[in-house]
Amino acid sequence: MIASERKPLEEILGYLESERKVFLVACDGCSAGCGVSDPEHTAEMVKELEANGKTVTGVARVEMTCNSGLAALMLMQHLAQVNEADGILVLACGDGIQSVAGAVEKPVHPGTNSVYFGGFQGLWRSEPKCAECGNCMLDYTGGICPYTACSKSLLFGSCGGPKDGKCEVDASVPCGWMRIYERLAVLGRVDELRRTPPLRDFTKMLPMKDRRRSSLYALEYEVEEAEAPAES
Amino acid sequence: MGLREALATEEFVITCEVAPPKGVDMKHVLEEAELLRGRVAGINVTDLQAAAMRVSSVATCALLRQMGLEPILQMVCRDRNRLALQSDLLSAYVLGIRNVLCLTGDHTVLGDHPAAKPVFDLDSVSLLRAAQGLIDGHDLSGNELEGKPEELFLGAIVTPCADPVEPQLYKLHNKIEAGAKFIQTQAVYDVEAFARFMERIPEVKTPILAGIVLLKSAGMARYMNANVAGVFVPDDLIKEMAEAGKKDKEAKERGEKANNVVKTSIEIAARLIRGLKPYCAGVHLMPLGWGHHVPAVLEGARV
Repeated sequence: MIASERKPLEEILGYLESERKVFLVACDGCSAGCGVSDPEHTAEMVKELEANGKTVTGVARVEMTCNSGLAALMLMQHLAQVNEADGILVLACGDGIQSVAGAVEKPVHPGTNSVYFGGFQGLWRSEPKCAECGNCMLDYTGGICPYTACSKSLLFGSCGGPKDGKCEVDASVPCGWMRIYERLAVLGRVDELRRTPPLRDFTKMLPMKDRRRSSLYALEYEVEEAEAPAES
Repeated sequence: MGLREALATEEFVITCEVAPPKGVDMKHVLEEAELLRGRVAGINVTDLQAAAMRVSSVATCALLRQMGLEPILQMVCRDRNRLALQSDLLSAYVLGIRNVLCLTGDHTVLGDHPAAKPVFDLDSVSLLRAAQGLIDGHDLSGNELEGKPEELFLGAIVTPCADPVEPQLYKLHNKIEAGAKFIQTQAVYDVEAFARFMERIPEVKTPILAGIVLLKSAGMARYMNANVAGVFVPDDLIKEMAEAGKKDKEAKERGEKANNVVKTSIEIAARLIRGLKPYCAGVHLMPLGWGHHVPAVLEGARV
């Protein structure tokens, strides 16, 4: 499970600045459970977009968007609406957003931050796509996460290391930034590389207070409810 | 004259790198630096190059300052987070160091402590931004400084022969926008390829110093072609080095002394510098242990 929270509306509208028609993908998995992409909050998102002059061409609900095959199949069912849109806004975890970005040749924007939950080591996971960094940068990078795709987690483009498009750390692994570059080239958005996103904030990877108070934590830890006594 | 002043003139500018030792015997590195006195406008000091643990660039640069030389502090983002990087910039400044070359740095797994934690909290672009912020009087958190390091002179690198080169161009522009005032490049062995690169960036007014790495053998050239990103040694240069190596081997078999390899290496470097001169503000030499041959290269290049 990956926990998500909604990005602020201003940030989302910033991503959509040059786009009028938007298709929405909402995940029915973890992020729905987090109250981000469930039907009620998805409808709210649609309303907010429309209130800000956007046309929502359609909404696809995908059971588990991280399953890229399933995400592609669901998008196929909305092909006309997807094609009509200038870009796609995804309410899912960073993994799900990258599934959608990999399935369509349109700008894909994150509507969420995947927040660090910690402590789910027992679960089987596929390739590590989402770092749960709490500061989703997928809008800048053509829907490929620079934190997980680049060995150095670089945010501002490739280092001097890639040889023949492969990473200096492991020649069998494609350079994440080369993938981002190629992806942006396909989308005709290479100029994104001139945008400089804000620095990564590592405090966003500390488990959040309200999550520490959740029942999931309570199962493992005795949660201190009482506040620390005031210093005398 | 400092590096900033040298680059402001119309003169062709030479810089050269030296490498601190693994251990505390500074004799060799300081001798190599001394050899460069009066011959170069700045001396780069590498920062744990190839991710190998050594004496720091800051300490070595401070010693060069004491000798009245002009150091260029290389700073990589592999080993320090944003607190330590900013602190070291201030520390270097109070030790009299003014020139800083900002780099991302090789990954830890390529070095001699592969199990170390790679940091990369910042990268070349954000380090430049952080340093420019310090110059302007505030740190990355916006806190005001007591005394600004106003004379910091920031540099960055570019790989002109990278394939594809477009991502390099975007990053170059981002680096200049972030505060880079001079550019040094990865090794160049093909004058025409470099000229083509320069033709693509007519809008860039920041001085660019083309990188020159001395070839030590044909084998080294082949190794770089196979393994080093953005470095391409053309076949004719490899052939020249191979022939020189063959001559030396034959002389050795006859019991004679010969140093055709060194002579050819110096000749190639000098020829490259003469060829590159019309296209750039200067050259940056990376002798990789052959620092004692640098004077001969510069004499051969007539610069």
